[in-house]
Amino acid sequence: MSTANPFSENAEHLRRRHLKGALLAGLAFLAILLAMIVLVTLLIDVFLDGLPWLRPQLFTNFPSRFPEKAGLRSALQGSFWLMILTALMAIPVGIASAIYLEEYAPQTALTRWIEINISNLAGVPSIIYGLLGLGLFVRGLGLGRSLLAGALTMSLLILPIIIVASREALRAVPRSLREAAIALGATPWQVIRDHALQYAMPGILTGIILAMSRAVGETAPLITIGALTYIAFDLRGPLDIFTVLPIQIFNWVSLPQKDFQRLAAAGIIVLLGFTLLMNALAIFLRNRLRQRW
Amino acid sequence: MPETIIEIRNLSVWYGNFHAIRDVTLPIYRNAITAIIGPSGCGKSTLLRSLNRMNELIPGVRTTGEVLYQGQNIYAPGVDPVSVRRRIGMVFQKPNPFPKSIYENIAWGVRINGFRGSKAELDAVVENALRQAALWDEVKHKLHESGFSLSGGQQQRLCIARTIALRPEVILMDEPASALDPIATLRIEELMQELKKDFTIVVVTHNMQQAARVSDYTAMMMLAEETRTGTVIEFGETQKIFTHPSDKRTEDYVTGRFG
Repeated sequence: MSTANPFSENAEHLRRRHLKGALLAGLAFLAILLAMIVLVTLLIDVFLDGLPWLRPQLFTNFPSRFPEKAGLRSALQGSFWLMILTALMAIPVGIASAIYLEEYAPQTALTRWIEINISNLAGVPSIIYGLLGLGLFVRGLGLGRSLLAGALTMSLLILPIIIVASREALRAVPRSLREAAIALGATPWQVIRDHALQYAMPGILTGIILAMSRAVGETAPLITIGALTYIAFDLRGPLDIFTVLPIQIFNWVSLPQKDFQRLAAAGIIVLLGFTLLMNALAIFLRNRLRQRW
Repeated sequence: MPETIIEIRNLSVWYGNFHAIRDVTLPIYRNAITAIIGPSGCGKSTLLRSLNRMNELIPGVRTTGEVLYQGQNIYAPGVDPVSVRRRIGMVFQKPNPFPKSIYENIAWGVRINGFRGSKAELDAVVENALRQAALWDEVKHKLHESGFSLSGGQQQRLCIARTIALRPEVILMDEPASALDPIATLRIEELMQELKKDFTIVVVTHNMQQAARVSDYTAMMMLAEETRTGTVIEFGETQKIFTHPSDKRTEDYVTGRFG
């Protein structure tokens, strides 16, 4: 005598439901496969072209009209110092703005208007920032086509990203944590400094990573403010003219000689490494903050 | 007659247009435990949080009437809510230690309130607070581990230790044991009995037996049928409230006929 399987009813319907699930999972897998194929193809292509040109000269030499002598020295210096200056200006101002909007600002129509505008600014095309930088910093303040003008322009570009991310991180601080501190007689600033900011820091850092990665790859606003492509001397200060990695790459790609194309590929590898390094540093910092408790 | 430390007079609280509690007049006696009981949503927590101006953190809240703390209205202009909360501390329903070490959980509040002593003196303050919260023996060997490494009941006692380290006069407790198991609950109740020698305690509780066990005075709150506004319908010594309530609704509630 066979015992009836108590789970056998509706088996056909259940099979169809599972099939639908499997179908969707398959489609989702195809989607990721497509993205991966494109990325891997790109990487292989770049590495095949660029790897032989990834030599010490690439880092130590200035640009040259002879591909075998040309290097990224001035572009590396420019990108490095541009990032430092941009971070120094955009991060404090961005976090301070987020603290004000999230913690102190009265909920008025004006505050909401400012909030909406900041969110919109995060989506403004970067060339617009270039035009603003050209008018305001290069001409208006008379900074010329300097590293400082470039860093100021970049700061404006990434400020909305940092503000929006920092606000979201501050908003995610649990109310119970704030209440615990307030009930001990803490002033609003003591709550922000010792609890809200610390709790929000991993989220704020994520926003900064995104913002800085965007800044290091941006080309359009720097071309607009006139970052030169051919610089054959070391950077002497923030008011010096400069160039950056993506501009140098763009310059090489646009040259007809095949070797410059390969040099550009090597430059892309360096830029990728630069971005990865920056992200790794920020992720390392973030994890250290998270692990504390 | 016991000494009154807080005198609540005609206190009303609105959230926007919603009238949450109306015309509460109530004394809080020094070195005693006052329980606030009543059905869900009748405004017990609102009343409690009005006593140290924690309610102001909720946007749109409006308070009228007076809360006289040693004769001074805490809602008077010129009274800084920060200094009110320093004297009238609060323990919450869900244990909410800081994401810091056990030691720092207590030291932080002491430090931000202007403590300028030496490291050894701060150590002593932390130890005393933990001893008084009956937690010292369980944590003395791991003061620098996370506050989250403790059990729920221990976390709640850490929160109590953090509060009493500031030597407030009054401690407000918002259902301090409702998230804990019976044994942890019992320990909190025993602790409250110890603490009332030095502090005045006001406790909101859903648990009728708990109110009967721990409190000296009981305030019974109730919603008005038509307006959904809460108010205190009866106040008195706990024993009297639970054995000879003068209000029929109180009797129905404490005997478990509704609520």
